[in-house]
Amino acid sequence: MQAQEHASSEHPITLYRHVGCPYCERIVRVAQELDLEFHSRFVVPTHSERGFIKHISGQRAVPVLVDTHTGLTMSESANIIDYLRTTYGGDE
Amino acid sequence: MASFDVVEFPETNHVTAGDIAPKFTRPLVNSDYWENVSLSELTADGPVLLFAHPMDGTGIAKSTWVEIRNRSWGGGDLTVVGISISTPYEHKHLIDRHDLPYKLFSDPGNGVAGAYGIVHDYHGMAELQGHRPAFFLIDTDRTVVYAWVADEWPPSSPYNDVEAAIDSL
Repeated sequence: MQAQEHASSEHPITLYRHVGCPYCERIVRVAQELDLEFHSRFVVPTHSERGFIKHISGQRAVPVLVDTHTGLTMSESANIIDYLRTTYGGDE
Repeated sequence: MASFDVVEFPETNHVTAGDIAPKFTRPLVNSDYWENVSLSELTADGPVLLFAHPMDGTGIAKSTWVEIRNRSWGGGDLTVVGISISTPYEHKHLIDRHDLPYKLFSDPGNGVAGAYGIVHDYHGMAELQGHRPAFFLIDTDRTVVYAWVADEWPPSSPYNDVEAAIDSL
């Protein structure tokens, strides 16, 4: 596994996702609802080829959210959605 | 010595040395993930060698990348990247299978081939178009300092000329 650059200041919020992942799509919709900019990184469907996800989050499932504003890396879509609404929800 | 037929490509008005390399943004694939990256982001960090080639499964793609890897191109502030019409999944497969320490742009719509004047029609595969084998060495202000586009098939890649161009940066 190659060592990769971490998220830079150009992309403070990164969502690791895969194509057709309904949990990832929920997060995309919430981010759009919050008018929140984020950067997508796509991985392959096969869990065994997701060493990088394991490396950054301790497990192999996506979605995984990295937010360099707060230094947070998290998995589990319900937790991520909660976090985004709380952190970026503003006055509603 | 066995002889073989060399087929010439039609003439093309492709990007050459002295031109400004056309900008583009495409998914850039590494062995772990892929993400949108623009050529300008890469040239901001140093010169870029762009290797455009036919679909990843072709002998030309595989043998050229293996040769590039064996010659250890890249490193320092030079970024070596590839581009073809293959999807990110094929790019990851090529990278993993041949241990390539390089990233590959995915351009299935072939728009970058059009912009660079290197469109290749796959004869016998209906409606399929891709990239001719080509090397573009691009400086940090996006000036093309060296360009080679295959004008015959099979192409013979000018590895030594490319190395000389890299050394002269």
